[in-house]
Amino acid sequence: MDWINAIVQGVLLGGLYALFAAGLSLIFGVMRLVNIAHGDFIVLAAFLGLSLTTALGVNPLTVLLFVVPIMAGIGYVLQRGVLNQTLGDDILPPLLVTFGLSIIIQNGLLEIYSADPQKMNAGALETASVAVPGGLHIGVLPLLMFVVAVAVIAGLQWIFYRSALGRAFRAVSDKQDIAQLIGLNKAHVFGLAMALSLAVVGIAGVFLGIRTSFDPSIGPGRLIFGFEAVIIGGLGNLWGTLIGGIILGVSQNIGAQINPGWQLLAGHIAFLIVLAVKPRGLFPRID
Amino acid sequence: MPDPLLSTKGLDAHYGDFQALFGVDINVHPGEVIAIIGSNGAGKTTLMRSITGLLSNAPDMVTYRGDAVGGLRADLIARKGIAMVPEGRQLFQSLSVEENLVIGGQMGRKGSWDLQKIFELFPILKERRSVPATALSGGQQQMVAMGRALMSNPDLILFDEISLGLAPIIIKSIYDALPDIIGDGMSAIIVEQDIAKALSVARRVYCMQEGRISLEGRSNELSREQISAAYFGV
Amino acid sequence: MSSSRYTISRSSPASRIAATIGVILLIALVAAPWWAGRADMRLLSEIFLYLSLACLWNLLAGYAGLVSVGQQAFVGFGGYMLFALAMFAGISPLAAIPLAGLLGALIAVPVAFLIFRLRGAYFAIGTWVIAEVFRLSFAQVSSLGGGSGTSIPVGIVRSMASSRSMREATTYWLALGMAVLVLVVIYLLLRSRNGLALTAIRDSELASSSYGIDIWRHKFVVYVVTAGLTASTGALIFLQKLRISPDAAFNVNDWTAFVIFIVVIGGIGTLEGPIIGVIVFFLLRETLADLGTTYLLILGLVAIVVMLKAPKGIWGLIKARYGIELFPLSRRVVDQKSEN
Repeated sequence: MDWINAIVQGVLLGGLYALFAAGLSLIFGVMRLVNIAHGDFIVLAAFLGLSLTTALGVNPLTVLLFVVPIMAGIGYVLQRGVLNQTLGDDILPPLLVTFGLSIIIQNGLLEIYSADPQKMNAGALETASVAVPGGLHIGVLPLLMFVVAVAVIAGLQWIFYRSALGRAFRAVSDKQDIAQLIGLNKAHVFGLAMALSLAVVGIAGVFLGIRTSFDPSIGPGRLIFGFEAVIIGGLGNLWGTLIGGIILGVSQNIGAQINPGWQLLAGHIAFLIVLAVKPRGLFPRID
Repeated sequence: MPDPLLSTKGLDAHYGDFQALFGVDINVHPGEVIAIIGSNGAGKTTLMRSITGLLSNAPDMVTYRGDAVGGLRADLIARKGIAMVPEGRQLFQSLSVEENLVIGGQMGRKGSWDLQKIFELFPILKERRSVPATALSGGQQQMVAMGRALMSNPDLILFDEISLGLAPIIIKSIYDALPDIIGDGMSAIIVEQDIAKALSVARRVYCMQEGRISLEGRSNELSREQISAAYFGV
Repeated sequence: MSSSRYTISRSSPASRIAATIGVILLIALVAAPWWAGRADMRLLSEIFLYLSLACLWNLLAGYAGLVSVGQQAFVGFGGYMLFALAMFAGISPLAAIPLAGLLGALIAVPVAFLIFRLRGAYFAIGTWVIAEVFRLSFAQVSSLGGGSGTSIPVGIVRSMASSRSMREATTYWLALGMAVLVLVVIYLLLRSRNGLALTAIRDSELASSSYGIDIWRHKFVVYVVTAGLTASTGALIFLQKLRISPDAAFNVNDWTAFVIFIVVIGGIGTLEGPIIGVIVFFLLRETLADLGTTYLLILGLVAIVVMLKAPKGIWGLIKARYGIELFPLSRRVVDQKSEN
């Protein structure tokens, strides 16, 4: 019974990991950029949610209405103001600039909020659960997060493959020069991609802050989970990313079931096994 | 004669230390079709890249509708109504045939060209509208590339080596379609290595050699000898 | 006759002056236990160890194009190996340092086979995962203190040298020796055929593969050598600290972020860069460290600004301006007639 429970909880946790991963996958797909500060932006969003919840006295889920657009705005400005200058044939500048950003965000948060762990309180929602056949109880909150994760992935999938914005994303990703010849401003398109990426990060951050306690130092860990989900699922495949997140979540929970110290290790090992056996991920789409 | 739609004046272009164009002057008048001919490496593609803004120049080296556009970004120049059918088609490989066409019209410029009219011109594209653009044959891909440029309803359209790598029969059908396309009062620059094809559609010809204009004149007034001298530098 | 008039030379007046100053400086540094205080020696040791980490990271990222943000894996691994060899195998710490390096190089082989499947920035994060795996694994080893870590037994420390001042001098010389060793190894590696191949790969992977250069093998060699030397440096770092824990041993800030900062500020892809960078880094640290997190904020900002505005770092600016090179690596054609 414990095992089944661990697996079910792992699947639900995988939804959160897919949210960590989706934004990372998106910007890599559009501009081959890997944002080392991605995890720190998730934590930034969590702190933003915390401050707004306290200031406005509302439920953490309500602050999503503010956090998501604010994060999107940060993403757009960051991309146009800084990151666009780093894009080119050399992979070092974007890597090192986002690495520097990661340090800035971590220490900026430390300065403002201190190193104390924080948590957002979602009230009765946190303890509510539904009974499912087999005597299992599934928390409403984890379930809600999973459903939202699936909806976000579906939404991103729709944007990427069905909307005008997605066409622009793919066109710029395919051939930057030619995309400009048909009137696409690539700096703006990249800005929108980063805005969308950080909008998803906004959702992920608020959920993270409701689910567990967080402090300024945990960003890199979230980046790594997101990255592992992307690689396990296969580059460029959003649904694959969801499956990657689930595999990661289930592995961690199974590991924890064997020995609490093995939780994170089990997730990393699952990732390394996939890397060894299928280096392009389980469902690769792009090189 | 009215003011030209597009003109370059003393246009130089550089790739790093290498100078590719030396003081190129060309004019395109409203509704006029000109051809630019020359061998490989003569600077034709560099000239196209300079006009479209993919290569940046001093502002007054390129003038469009009286505005200095030489230093403008490529997407802003496109918005002013200059479109290009690039060498080698260069379709977006992640987009379907229809998406390649639709994204060509994403600027929303007014005009007579729309998806339906492209499909009338090239019915095969309607049939294959949902397949990935790169799954088409070379000739069909060239149709998509031309359709994509037309979808923006440009005032000036640049055709860069549209016959390169295609079978003669396909080249013929594409050149047969050109008068229909350009007939609307659109201006065009046709870049070609195939001199006869270029002369058949263009009113005036510029011949390029080693980054310079070596000859210019009306298509029907130039002799074969003049052209081959300008083309091969003999 | 004209063919013999030109020769290929690497040295230049600047490099010969630098070599002379370098030798004098080295003699002075070797003699430090006789003229420097205890605190100065500790600081100098730390500078030497950071210098060798920075040179090694620069070799990876600046020359082999392998941008790693997980070098803390090998720093920590080396540290833990030193403790394990000394505590369980009774090996003297002095002998354990090269052994830790050897083991670091050995473990880097399977690691390379795994993460070389990732490209570019994903390679970088992959190295970070490896470091996390190392950290979590060592936290599971209860004989090494598990998550809270362990200290080296006093007896083992005493076995190194009889007096405290002698011990301190020994660790100081080891740190200096490590930095010199790393510089020499990298210099020789870059001057060898291997180095020429690396430069070619850095300039264009596509072109060099078409000349038949086996890119994978060259990168693999560099990765393994770097891992070994990084592990040795790590062993030395924790021999000085006398205490190790997973969080300290595999700390991304201490062993990678600062190192990257040093290389970026100094000038990536040059031998001189890390030396300049390490001096700037310690000057900043000694003056700003009291600011705590603000100091780190400033470091991050400086790194970003340098990367955007002067991607070749301080040394790149100097080189572009004066065209000098302290470590003669580039070959110059010398006209002997005008030289004579």
